[in-house]
Amino acid sequence: MIAFLIKRLMHAFVVMFVISVISFAIQSNLGDPIQQMVGQSVPESQRAELREELGLNDSFLVQYGRFAVNALQGDFGYSYFFNEPTTEVIQRHLPATLELVIAATLIIVVFSVPIGVYCAIRPRSALSRFFMSVSIIGISIPVFLTAIMLIQLFAIGVDFSPFPSGTGWGQWLNGLLSTEGGMPSYGRGNDLTHLFGTWDSNFFSLDGLTYLVLPAVSLASIMLPLFIRLIRAEMLEVLQSEYVKFATAKGISLKRIYFVHALKNTMLPVITVGGVQLGTMVAYTILTETVFQWPGMGLMFLEAIQRSDIPLIVTYLMIVGLIFVVTNTLVDLIYGLVNPTVKLTGKPA
Amino acid sequence: MTTTTATTPSRWKRFRNSYLVYSFKRDWIAQFCLAIFLCILLGAVCAPWLAPMNPYDLTQINILNSELPPIWIDGADALFPLGTDAQGRDLLSTILYGARVSLIIGFGAVMLQALIGVTVGLLAGYLGGRIDAFLMRLADIQLSFSTLMVAIIVGALIKAVFGGAVYSDYAVWLLVLIIGLAEWPQYARTVRASVLAERSKEYVDAARVMGYRDRRIMFRHILPNTLSPIFVISTVQIANAIISEAALSFLGLGMPETQPSLGSLIKSGFDYLQSGSWWITLIPGAVLVVLVLVVNLLGDWLRDVMNPRLYKG
Repeated sequence: MIAFLIKRLMHAFVVMFVISVISFAIQSNLGDPIQQMVGQSVPESQRAELREELGLNDSFLVQYGRFAVNALQGDFGYSYFFNEPTTEVIQRHLPATLELVIAATLIIVVFSVPIGVYCAIRPRSALSRFFMSVSIIGISIPVFLTAIMLIQLFAIGVDFSPFPSGTGWGQWLNGLLSTEGGMPSYGRGNDLTHLFGTWDSNFFSLDGLTYLVLPAVSLASIMLPLFIRLIRAEMLEVLQSEYVKFATAKGISLKRIYFVHALKNTMLPVITVGGVQLGTMVAYTILTETVFQWPGMGLMFLEAIQRSDIPLIVTYLMIVGLIFVVTNTLVDLIYGLVNPTVKLTGKPA
Repeated sequence: MTTTTATTPSRWKRFRNSYLVYSFKRDWIAQFCLAIFLCILLGAVCAPWLAPMNPYDLTQINILNSELPPIWIDGADALFPLGTDAQGRDLLSTILYGARVSLIIGFGAVMLQALIGVTVGLLAGYLGGRIDAFLMRLADIQLSFSTLMVAIIVGALIKAVFGGAVYSDYAVWLLVLIIGLAEWPQYARTVRASVLAERSKEYVDAARVMGYRDRRIMFRHILPNTLSPIFVISTVQIANAIISEAALSFLGLGMPETQPSLGSLIKSGFDYLQSGSWWITLIPGAVLVVLVLVVNLLGDWLRDVMNPRLYKG
C-alpha cells in the first residue's frame, strides 16, 4: 500500500511538473511584461535596465526556478486586468464554480443510481426503454444547447397553441405544451448567504436556489445519461454473477440482494469513471457559465483569454491542472482501497 | 486480383452476404439513422447547388431581411423557409453550409486522431517494453484531463499567440488540429488492446520467422485484424468531434461568423434569444443534435454487431 501511495504521488508530482513547465513557457513567451508595466513612453535604455532588474535576461532554467518557487508559495503574479494577485481573483471566482459542480453532482447522484438500478432490474419494461432512449438523446445534446433550451423553456417561456383555445380541453392541452418562463437565467442573483472568506452561497435561500437550478441542471444533463447507462450495464453484469444467484437460492429477499449485495459491486467501476468525470465537469463549467453568465472560474477564464490576461490564464491552468491531478490520484487510491483485487503495486491493467 | 475464380465470390458479393449487411437489413433504427445521416451529408456536400443563397456572398445579403421567422409563423417571407438570422442571411442556406463545415472538421479531426492514435497504438502494442509504458502513460495523462478541456486550452493558447484575425483565417485547419490532438488517446488505447491480443497469434510468429521486418508485420499483418474496433470507435469519435467543434465555436474559439459552422450559428443566434428570435439558435441546434444522435445510434448498432464487449472493462 505504501509503495502504491508513493508511486501515485510521484506520478502526480511529475504531471504537475510538466504542467508548470508548459505554463511557464506560455508565460515567458507570450506578451512583454515590460510593455504591460510601463507603457509606450519609456525610452529603450530604461526598459533594458528594468529588464535586467527583473531578471528577464536570465536563462530559462533560472527563470523557471524563480517561477516554481513563487508558485509553490502561492504567488502567480498580478492579473493585468484586475490589477491584483491572480490567486485572489481565482479565490473570488472559485466558490461559484464549486457550488455549481456540487449542485450538479447532487442531481446526478440522486437520479442516476435509482434509475440505473431500475433499468437493470427490469431491462424490458417500458419505463426502462424510455429511460434508455432519453439517455442516448441526452448524450447527443451538447451541454450548451441543453442550457439554451432550458432558458427558452423556463426563463423566456414558450407559447405554443396548436389546439383551439375556446374549448376547455384545447386550453388544457395548450397549457400543457406551453411554459410560463420567469426562471432566472443570468448570474447568481443578489440573495447570497455569506459563509466565510470569499464564499457566498446560493444554497441557503429560496431565491438563491432558483438561480442555481437551471445552470446545475444543464451541467448535470451531460453526465446523468452517462452514469445511468454505466450503472445499468454494470448492474446487469453483476446480476448474472454466481454469488447473486446463490443469494437468491438462499432465499434472501430480492430487495436486499439488489441494494445490498449487487449495488456494492456495481459501484466499483462507477467510482473510477465518476472521479474522472468530475474532472471533465470542470471543462463543462466553462460552457455552462458562459451561457448563464455565472460568475465562476470558467467565465473568468474565457474573459481572461479575450483580454489576453496571461498571468490569469496561466494561474487558471495550474489550478485546474492541480484539481485534475488531485482527483485522479484520489480516485486511484480509493479504488485500491475498496477493491482488494486490484494489485496495488503492479501496473494498473 | 484476376485470379479470383468461381470458388471465391467477389468482394461485393461477400460484403452483401456478410453478417453486417444481414443485421443491417433487420434493424430499422439503423436503416433510419443511416438514411438521415446520408440526407444531411448529401445536403452538406451539395450545399452550393442546393442552397437558395450563398451566405459567404455579401452581395446577396440584405440587412432589411434580418430576423424573419420561419415560414409557419406569421410575418414570414416565402423566400426564406426557415427564416433569416440577424444579418439577413437565409437560415436554410447557412445551415447547409454550416453542416458542411462541421462535417469537414469532424471527419478531418477523426482522420488525424486515427493517424496518430493507430500509429501510437501499433507501436506501443507491438514493441512493448519501455516504449509501450511511456506512450500509454502519456495517453493516460492526456485522457485524465478531459479531451474538451485540452481542446479549449490549446485553442485558447493558439488564439492568444496568433491573434484573432489569423485564427479565424485558418480556423478549419486549426480546429482539425486541435480536436485531432486532443482525442488521439482513445484510438491508441483501443488499437493497443487489440494488437496485444493479435501479437501472440501464430500468423505473427510465422511472419516473423519468415524474416519480415517489424514495420511490414505491424501495418500489413496486424493492422488489418484490428480494423473492426477502429471502425466502431470512429463513428463515436466523429460524433464527439462534431460536438467538440460546436462547443469550441460556441466559446468563440472556433469558426468565425463569416464562415459559420453549426456551433457558431448557435452562438450568433444566442444573443437574439431573449428578443424572441428563437429560430436562429434552435434550428441549427436541432440539426446538430439530429446529426450527432444518428451518428451515435449508428455507432451503437455497429458496436453491437461487430464486437459487443469492446467498451467493457
